[in-house]
Amino acid sequence: MSAVVHPFSPARIYAMVLRYIYLLRRSWPRVLELAYWPTMQMILWGFITQFMLSTSTWLAQASGVLLAGVLLWDVMFRGQLGVSTVFFEEMYSRNLGHLFASPLRPYELVCALLTISLIRTLIGVGGAALLAIPLYHYSIFSMGLPLLAFFVNLLVMGWSIGLLVSGLVLRYGLGAENLAWVAIFAVAPVSGIYYPISVLPDWLRVIADLLPASYVFEGMRAVMFEHTFRTDLFTRAVGLNVLYLGFGIAVFLGVFRAARRRGLLINVGE
Amino acid sequence: MNMPVIQVEDLTKLYGDLCAVDNVSFDVTQGATCGLLGGNGAGKTTTLSMLLGLLLPTSGGIRVLGEDMLKNRYRVLARMNFSSPYVDLPHRLTVQENLSVYARLYGLKERQRRIQRLAEELDIAAFLKRAYGNLSAGQKTRVGLAKALLNEPDLLLLDEPTASLDPDTADRMRSYLNAYKLRTGATILLASHNMLEVERLCSDVIMMRTGKLVDRGTPAELLARYGQENLEEVFLDIARDRQREGVGATA
Repeated sequence: MSAVVHPFSPARIYAMVLRYIYLLRRSWPRVLELAYWPTMQMILWGFITQFMLSTSTWLAQASGVLLAGVLLWDVMFRGQLGVSTVFFEEMYSRNLGHLFASPLRPYELVCALLTISLIRTLIGVGGAALLAIPLYHYSIFSMGLPLLAFFVNLLVMGWSIGLLVSGLVLRYGLGAENLAWVAIFAVAPVSGIYYPISVLPDWLRVIADLLPASYVFEGMRAVMFEHTFRTDLFTRAVGLNVLYLGFGIAVFLGVFRAARRRGLLINVGE
Repeated sequence: MNMPVIQVEDLTKLYGDLCAVDNVSFDVTQGATCGLLGGNGAGKTTTLSMLLGLLLPTSGGIRVLGEDMLKNRYRVLARMNFSSPYVDLPHRLTVQENLSVYARLYGLKERQRRIQRLAEELDIAAFLKRAYGNLSAGQKTRVGLAKALLNEPDLLLLDEPTASLDPDTADRMRSYLNAYKLRTGATILLASHNMLEVERLCSDVIMMRTGKLVDRGTPAELLARYGQENLEEVFLDIARDRQREGVGATA
């Protein structure tokens, strides 16, 4: 007689989140690494801001725009790394066979990866954002509720890229893991992190129009320069993110099934 | 007659041109301990992987605990478990943390009590708080067995369960597995290179070579059929494709 096994179990997702928290707790270098790059980036762009304030009238209108840009960019970057590098941990430890011989479903693993990514992003970027207050007298939290909208949209875009990268690494092996560190930079120039999308040539603007991040950073500048929350930009970012996240999940689950065909859950390697 | 817990029918796994498992059919009845024997590359681990649903067969059918594993594996995964030296646990987590995560994944209620009991029975209590990665190979094998027994499975799939254990510990683990089977009525499918282990634990033996099932029987039947005194010699006969006296070549 078969036991009743729920197709979606918060308890199993919690078990996996706990597994990743144990891992963080066991490794201080991992925790430090979470906050290191966002903090360094924030310090660098804080000095650049201080220097440029005396020469740029554009920057003088909203002195925190570069700092806000770098902190929000790191939300997307940390969000992506929080999914892909945590998934790689399962591959490094050759644990996928045990996991998927248990009642854990692939989509429950996805939920756990997204949850731990949120936690890691809050730790990493949250620390840098708080440090910017005493260092540069700039608080990103002064944006108010729009900050939440920007945060969620960038995090979700990071998740989508993270799932795509994880799927590719599951398919092609750990030799492809560097994708986790470079993939997101492909969209950085067209996301308008530090400059308006209008500076891009027309053909690149077409690509920018397809990215939720470009609407978020345009929306961020609207809040900072015009003190307006552009719902049109927000809606487009949300719409695109729904599509991208759906695509990211579909690719990951599709690769997972292919991995079962190819025996990759047991023979994880380079 | 006991119901079959495992039913494998015409199971085949191809990796491109390579046939890892070639049209294999067998069943294992409830409460049996069945040994899966064969040399390297015989298809034992591939067969176990397909039974767990970690690997999709190219063709053929698998029913485990009455369920079609290709369609309804999640109905039975909570009732089975496995250990294998080819699959590891996270190295940085302690043994306790690893077992606790898996106890949650299997939906156990009294997790700590179960872990503590297994730790005492399998003699791993002394290093519950140590990082799994810092254990010796033999200690890892015992932790792997503890993980495999967490949910008190009705079907236990073991790939070389006493590999890297010293003879004393290996003997105690075999006794434990035997006692576990008698206490719970569980079915065990065991892939091993250790013929003594198979002779001691298994009521039924399946011999594989290059992906094919080449013979099957109780240890006594195989010894009689090949005219040998121990399973090691039978294994060598099959691995080297020696003629069976009065029977002809192996299938």
